[in-house]
Amino acid sequence: MTTIYQKTKGLQDTTLHYCPGCSHGIVHKLIGEVMEEMGIIDTTIGICPVGCAVFAGNYFACDTIEAAHGRAPAVATAVKRTHPDQPVFTYQGDGDLASIGAAEIIHAAMRGEKFTTFFINNAIYGMTGGQMAPTTLIGQRATTAPGGRTKEQAGEPVQVAEMLSTLKGLVYAERVCVTDIPHLNKAKKAIRKAFEKQMAGEGFTFVEILATCPTNWGMGTAEANKWLMDNLAAYYPLGVIKEV
Amino acid sequence: MKREIWKGSEAIAEAAIRAGCRCFCGYPITPQNEIPEYMSAKMPAAGGVFVQSESEVSAINMVYGAAASGIRAMTSSSSPGVSLKQEGISYMVGAELPAVIVNIMRGGPGLGSIQPAQGDYYQATRGGGNGDYRTVTLAPANLQEAVDLMFDAFDIADQYRNPVMILADGLIGQMMEPLVWKEHKPRNLPPKSWAADGRKGRDHNNFITSLLVEAADCEAHNRCLEKKFQEMEDKECRWEEIMTEDAEVLLVAYGTPARIAQTAAEHLRKQGIKAGVFRPITLWPFPARRLREIAEQRSVKVVLDVEMSLGQMLDDVKLAIGECKPVRFYGRVGGSIPTVSEVEKAAAGAYEEVK
Repeated sequence: MTTIYQKTKGLQDTTLHYCPGCSHGIVHKLIGEVMEEMGIIDTTIGICPVGCAVFAGNYFACDTIEAAHGRAPAVATAVKRTHPDQPVFTYQGDGDLASIGAAEIIHAAMRGEKFTTFFINNAIYGMTGGQMAPTTLIGQRATTAPGGRTKEQAGEPVQVAEMLSTLKGLVYAERVCVTDIPHLNKAKKAIRKAFEKQMAGEGFTFVEILATCPTNWGMGTAEANKWLMDNLAAYYPLGVIKEV
Repeated sequence: MKREIWKGSEAIAEAAIRAGCRCFCGYPITPQNEIPEYMSAKMPAAGGVFVQSESEVSAINMVYGAAASGIRAMTSSSSPGVSLKQEGISYMVGAELPAVIVNIMRGGPGLGSIQPAQGDYYQATRGGGNGDYRTVTLAPANLQEAVDLMFDAFDIADQYRNPVMILADGLIGQMMEPLVWKEHKPRNLPPKSWAADGRKGRDHNNFITSLLVEAADCEAHNRCLEKKFQEMEDKECRWEEIMTEDAEVLLVAYGTPARIAQTAAEHLRKQGIKAGVFRPITLWPFPARRLREIAEQRSVKVVLDVEMSLGQMLDDVKLAIGECKPVRFYGRVGGSIPTVSEVEKAAAGAYEEVK
């Protein structure tokens, strides 16, 4: 019998807790596949965020460390510097990275820390139940912006990949999504490239993944995918933002 | 052994490197800047990592990362900076990670002053972060003890997988004193098989976390931590007794005020008042049982607690002694240091009052 498909060894053999239609599971799988293909499951150290991916250490097959909210880049800084030959990544959502952890991600990029950050941007707080994030679009409804975000009240959403790309320590930033197979393949390539550039010692590498949150967006899964392409991808353009 | 003159903060940094610390992350704040400065110069040659972090919050989380991946790690700061580290300390206790935090205390609250103080006793011994937790808190009174305790601090942290705090007032950090580098006999410590340092053939992944979403699991975890805290209380208590055998006035003080109290006690004895000093070296666990025993001695008429605070250790002193002897307090705050004559006067006054 031939094996048509096999779950990647980069993930543990367990059930994910994510909601139907959420992008986290797909992104986990892509990172797991890249780790397996690169043969780095045994050496990689992953840093998990606070947010929906707080349990990622139960899913990734590599060693993992759960960080305090927003602090993953600080944790990763010391892990990478004390283990310079091993791949290190942080996996962070938009509340974690762009809000409470803004200082940590900016300074890690500024220092050119040689780890990779996977930034899951679904423009909302998922785990706490749909509050406004720094990435929530103008007009997008959230439980703390019931009438939709306004510029007057909350300013305009932050384009993190572009902001970090102004820093010299960042050598690679790409924004991807996983809404269909062609985009998913691009996302996987970006994940691999980030790991490769990290291990070549080039500097800080950053992959922003536009992600769906059907539960907190109040949409079906297909509708969420469409909303992402029509709205999120319009404000947060896909593609390579910076490559040195 | 050769006696060398060292500055406090630099001696503490050197001791940490000699104790095997291989990752230091810190942020500048007076009066402890010599620690990160020394580390930046010496840590690379020791094969370790030095990072000047963007904040105290980041520094403690870097230490969390190094500790989680099996490296002996440390951060240092002074009072307002240590407040910012409380989140990370709580997480380290929760995730059972060993590390050393040095607090060279200055005046508070808020920005306070940059002179020596002891206003962070509550924060250190009660746990300034969230949750039920304890950290062994070591309070050196001179530079020899400061460097000796650094070796113990890393060993205690590793043995219990719990952060350890060195709580020293600004005088310990800033003054110069002679010291000798003693041979340290390391404890027999278990291997860090729990560390998230890459699986390298291990049949499972190591996942460092402090999250237990189910109440029953979180309670069970707390019970495990409680057992460790109890073991620390049983095994790690330290103190010094100075002229306490026949003391009528028992002075209780830690850090620099203990030295001032000792000189005051010597003066009082010349004046005919038998004074002695009980000096806690571990503030948590607090050497309550021994303090109680001494206070119960028939000779002891009154206990005088001396601090560079408004009376924080005083709570522990009263808890230990109860109603068995009267307890009085003398403190200076905000960066002011009690003088020997002030302590003498306070002790003599307390003695006269109860005689």
